[in-house]
Amino acid sequence: MSQELLERYQQIVGPDVIDHLKQLAYHLKDAKVVHINSTRYGGGVAEILHSMVPLMQALGLDVQWETISGEEAFFHVTKNMHNALQGHPVEFTEASINTYEENNRKEYERLKPLLEEADFVFIHDPQPAFLITLCPERKGKWVWRCHIDLSRPYRPVWRYLRNIVVHYNASIFSMPDFTQPLPHPQYIIPPSIDPLTEKNMELPEEEIKGVFSRFGLDPNKPLVLQISRFDRFKDPMGVIRAGLMAMKFTPLQLVYAGGGAADDPEGELIYHEVLAAAKGHPDIHVLMLPPDAHRTVNALQRAADVVLQKSLREGFGLTVTEALWKAKPVIGGNTGGIRLQVVNHHTGFLVHTPEGAALRIRYLLFYADKRLEMGRKAHQFVKENFLITRHLRDYLSLMLALISGNGERVEVEARS
Amino acid sequence: MNETNSRFAIKDCALVSISTGIKAHILAELLEHLREVEVGCLYYHFWARQLRPSFDHPEFHNDFAAWAHRDLHDWILAERLNLIAPHEFQNLEELREELINILEERVDESGDLPWRKAEAPFHFVKSQIVVLDTGKRATSPEELVDIIPLLSQGSIFYHFIDARRRTPERIDDFRSWFKAFAPDYEDLSIALAAIDPYFLTLTEIRAQLHKVFKSYFESKRGPK
Repeated sequence: MSQELLERYQQIVGPDVIDHLKQLAYHLKDAKVVHINSTRYGGGVAEILHSMVPLMQALGLDVQWETISGEEAFFHVTKNMHNALQGHPVEFTEASINTYEENNRKEYERLKPLLEEADFVFIHDPQPAFLITLCPERKGKWVWRCHIDLSRPYRPVWRYLRNIVVHYNASIFSMPDFTQPLPHPQYIIPPSIDPLTEKNMELPEEEIKGVFSRFGLDPNKPLVLQISRFDRFKDPMGVIRAGLMAMKFTPLQLVYAGGGAADDPEGELIYHEVLAAAKGHPDIHVLMLPPDAHRTVNALQRAADVVLQKSLREGFGLTVTEALWKAKPVIGGNTGGIRLQVVNHHTGFLVHTPEGAALRIRYLLFYADKRLEMGRKAHQFVKENFLITRHLRDYLSLMLALISGNGERVEVEARS
Repeated sequence: MNETNSRFAIKDCALVSISTGIKAHILAELLEHLREVEVGCLYYHFWARQLRPSFDHPEFHNDFAAWAHRDLHDWILAERLNLIAPHEFQNLEELREELINILEERVDESGDLPWRKAEAPFHFVKSQIVVLDTGKRATSPEELVDIIPLLSQGSIFYHFIDARRRTPERIDDFRSWFKAFAPDYEDLSIALAAIDPYFLTLTEIRAQLHKVFKSYFESKRGPK
């Protein structure tokens, strides 16, 4: 099974990459690794762990993935913490702290033997972060993996969490822009996509073409797509304006497809605003997709000619990575991780306004050869930099670095 | 680098990036931090970009030039910084001095530039290099003709770029190894020295190394 999994990745990334991983992992063979987050399904962290954990196991590490559970009150507090760390002021009281710490204490009783024995513990995001303070007998290295943009946190919450995070041996952030000063090494590891998942795997041609009839689209008209939540930071109204401006010059159809917003009242509001803006325009389609519509998203991205991610503020922007992987040039807002992935004239265009996006839509639809060439480059770019195999290589390197001290140079002996 | 003079140990490497938490929003700040940051930051912003997401031929060859252009929008400074060839300096402290000179010169000749807010800050990052011994060995320089095309990008980085920081003569590992065979392979060393590591991607460096090794040993053997 392990070998089979590695072979499946090898078919995509090549033998060099897998061999490199094997070499790194050789020196960590049988290391006890524990990942802890707060959910097994839904959200980017769980998606990454679903791919990362079996790969680490396939490479010979002894990996366990545990989630912490809790009552609604706990998750209410941690959702508030999450929002606060992204800069939104929230109510954070003594009672919130008690709820948070008590839940971690309860979970710790169950996890104690595992955590004390582990060689490496990766704690994802704030929900289980407090566990470290409960584990004085820990023998391994503890790493706090922050998937959140911490650049402008709401200070009262960050001050509390920082006092916990300082106990870790290291932390990991997706970009240097997301970090905060901490007294331990802050590793920079961008996230990744998994080419074998439903969201990114190759699909049969008929399934890709099927989206046209399924969503009432015209198979003979170029398709411009943005996949995003209904969120002001994704600039849905700007996307529609850009589409309408471009349509004056060239025929196209625009699809804005977003996920559900059950716990987000503002999302519902924005969805209706977007629907209203699209009303009366037969070539603008607004789709509300269920959260598990990975295959549909995949098919839409593959069916598209050009993909937009016209965000005003963005984390890393994995939807950009997904589109690039499918050989689509991306027109992206000049913000966050989009700047790392979209390079003008190579993988797409960075824009600041709906006008800028409209012009680039026209350009890419007009120059078909250029579009295809950029798409090929985009695919290669993701293959080399943003697949789960690179992500894993960074994790393994970090683990070796952690057990070898904080020197600038870590030398690992040859495999015997 | 090598266990004996007669065997060349093939190594591979991976870089991990570490944020220093230091950032500059304006040119004056960049200059101030540049005087104090660990020298490893210079290594990262000039060389480690070879192993980071980038394109075959990026417009800017170091992070300082890219920032001056993209975020500070000062084309003059960007062009001057872009011309710096880090391997021409004896060490990273000298490189730091040159960078500071260029920035100071630009600050002196410009009006409000030192205080102009950049679109995005410059983040000082350093790296940790994890070096792996692959266990593979070359017993003669000629063997490298067949080995080089199979080297990973990490191996090329380690032996051809990182070596310039490790070896006493600030040269690549191949030339360093050839010294044990002196006076043999002098022509090969000269040909290797002519490969400019700064403008080439790791894949291109590998192709050029292969070409140089192949043509050297083919010419030594003479026409068939």
